[in-house]
Amino acid sequence: MIEVKNVFRHFESRSGLFSERRVVRAVDGLSFSLESGDVLGIVGESGCGKSTLGRLILGLMPPSAGEVLIEGQSLITLDRRERARLIQPVFQDPFSSLNPRQRVREIVGLPLAAQGALSAAKQRDAVMDMLARVGLSDAMADRFPAQLSGGQRQRVAIARALVLRPRIVVCDEPTSALDVSVQAQILNLLADLRKDLGLTYIFISHNLAVVEHVATEVAVMYLGRFVEHGPAAPLFATPRHPYTRALLASVLTPEPGVPIPDVGLGESYPDPSNVPAGCRFHPRCPMAIDRCRSDTPPTEPRDGRVTECFLAA
Amino acid sequence: MRPVLEITNLNVGFPDGTAAVRGVSLQVMPGETHCVVGESGCGKSVTALSVMNLLPRGARRSADVMRFHDHDLTRMADRHIARLRGDKMAMIFQEPMTSLNPAYTIGSQMAEVLERHRHVSRAKGLDRAAELLGKVGITAPGMRLGQYPHQLSGGLRQRVMIAMALMCDPELLIADEPTTALDVTVQAQILRLLKSLQQQLGLALLLITHDLGVVARMAQRVSVMYAGQVVESADAKALFAAPAHPYTRGLLDCVPIPGKTAPGEPLGSIPGVVPRIGEGYVGCAFRDRCAYAAPACKGEIPRNRLSPDHETICTRSGA
Ligand SMILES: Nc1ncnc2c1ncn2[C@@H]1O[C@H](COP(=O)(O)OP(=O)(O)O)[C@@H](O)[C@H]1O
Ligand SMILES: Nc1ncnc2c1ncn2[C@@H]1O[C@H](COP(=O)(O)OP(=O)(O)O)[C@@H](O)[C@H]1O
Ligand SMILES: [Mg+2]
Ligand SMILES: [Mg+2]
Repeated sequence: MIEVKNVFRHFESRSGLFSERRVVRAVDGLSFSLESGDVLGIVGESGCGKSTLGRLILGLMPPSAGEVLIEGQSLITLDRRERARLIQPVFQDPFSSLNPRQRVREIVGLPLAAQGALSAAKQRDAVMDMLARVGLSDAMADRFPAQLSGGQRQRVAIARALVLRPRIVVCDEPTSALDVSVQAQILNLLADLRKDLGLTYIFISHNLAVVEHVATEVAVMYLGRFVEHGPAAPLFATPRHPYTRALLASVLTPEPGVPIPDVGLGESYPDPSNVPAGCRFHPRCPMAIDRCRSDTPPTEPRDGRVTECFLAA
Repeated sequence: MRPVLEITNLNVGFPDGTAAVRGVSLQVMPGETHCVVGESGCGKSVTALSVMNLLPRGARRSADVMRFHDHDLTRMADRHIARLRGDKMAMIFQEPMTSLNPAYTIGSQMAEVLERHRHVSRAKGLDRAAELLGKVGITAPGMRLGQYPHQLSGGLRQRVMIAMALMCDPELLIADEPTTALDVTVQAQILRLLKSLQQQLGLALLLITHDLGVVARMAQRVSVMYAGQVVESADAKALFAAPAHPYTRGLLDCVPIPGKTAPGEPLGSIPGVVPRIGEGYVGCAFRDRCAYAAPACKGEIPRNRLSPDHETICTRSGA
């Protein structure tokens, strides 16, 4: 369904007028594939390249090197309308991604209108059907985004993404701006829609508990690479990479009396314009040995899981 | 033991008719962490700003009691409260850049706090600043003193904010979502720091958060807010062992927990949205979202004492 082949995306940035040019290695040599019907959860700290990867998969931005194939086709060769029927995004902030001057029915109808394949009546039916599926009443169709709550806006964004019945949806932090009660509503909705419509999701989140709940495959991203990647259940049961373990330890479950863990990552913070040699995680790794500072860690899978770490035996 | 902070029946309204805080009562004891938890817009920040006398212009505040130690905050002149603020009662915010000035170095901003409140020399202030930066786990504090806020990562800035809040040895620290903008890894570090400082210094900590995980790991006491009211307050262990208000239970059910909630199964969720609450609102504001709603929920809602330190406001008087 999705094949990502040795994809890089670098940005050039200049921090001041006279300072030297720096290369931000947002996505730094990723290869993976995803089967139809799977949910790939991508987790990692802010700035590790999750959104950039999402945009590359959506074809919103060309890779610096490598290629992304969707159902065997390169996105670059597809035109916008073909792409829109195949893959759609849902972003974090529904407010900024919805046109404030359009009514809900226009927003959700726009992708259909752009395809130009349906009569006005059929288009209206498709919009109303989609609104019902995402749990919005008919009365909502005539509202403007400003008249909706955050959760309702995210439902509109989901309806717009699904109205063309794409095969794949890239959800980039779809619930991060929402309260937990609304987050639960949206996660349940996304799960139902996946079953009903046979969707494949790329689900990006910084919240590991959310990813555990929704994902069938998990990729732990650090400075532009998947440092651990494999089927969700075993990965959560026996995390192998020290970074995955640190992330898991940082999840504060609502269990009173349990102490706050010492995640042991120290004070240094990753900088994608200054990627360390050897294992890119070594400056923060509590277990690092000499070899980690110089050699590139292994990338071969074991039991269907890749763990880019010398010590993850 | 007397509370460091005592609030009884606090009400705050805004000119547009919003009743942001409705009859909030809470106490923070010396050396205790009291968490105020609730979803966005429920009045957590407005409650904190009321204590610090930092409400926006036009807000109307009233309270039967609002006392910091022996200071009656309801009667004190603004300039006297201003003198306490940053001194014996300090506050840190979600976004450190709201309180750090980008134009000045970390050292000069921290030293300035001590100059203002204690009239000590700049050199002494810088010594104290370096000492506290060390205490909040910043290596090479001397180097950091000369840096500007934008040169630091979000986590380091929040550590600087905490150090700055500690300059005058406060007895009460109010922290409003201090880790919400941070990565989970950094959040854990900052919370550990807050907890150890609180124990070392015997601070009374009023910690505001929307995250029940943070509450569970930090709080001795908890106030759960909904639509401007404290709907449940309890000792932290009691609250998690036997949450009584339907809102509290609903919130707990919404949170996915690795190893507990079954992947792929539906999460508990609370239907609907928070209603708009104006002046003179009567009845339970949660009733339209509540599975137990009954006709009585439209009337006056009783306050129930389930145990000496576990109270709810709900028509269902028990668990
Ligand atoms: N259009 C861009 N131009 C320059 N740098 C960018 C651009 N987009 C992202 N970056 C940089 O790439 C890195 C990864 O960003 P992003 O993919 O947004 O991370 P995440 O979504 O994991 O927080 C960051 O350092 C970010 O500043
Ligand atoms: N300056 C203001 N003017 C009008 N309403 C306000 C103002 N500040 C806050 N509010 C309202 O007061 C309520 C409580 O806000 P707040 O205390 O910031 O919530 P929380 O911190 O729990 O997210 C909200 O309904 C908010 O819209
Ligand atoms: Mg992002
Ligand atoms: Mg707030």
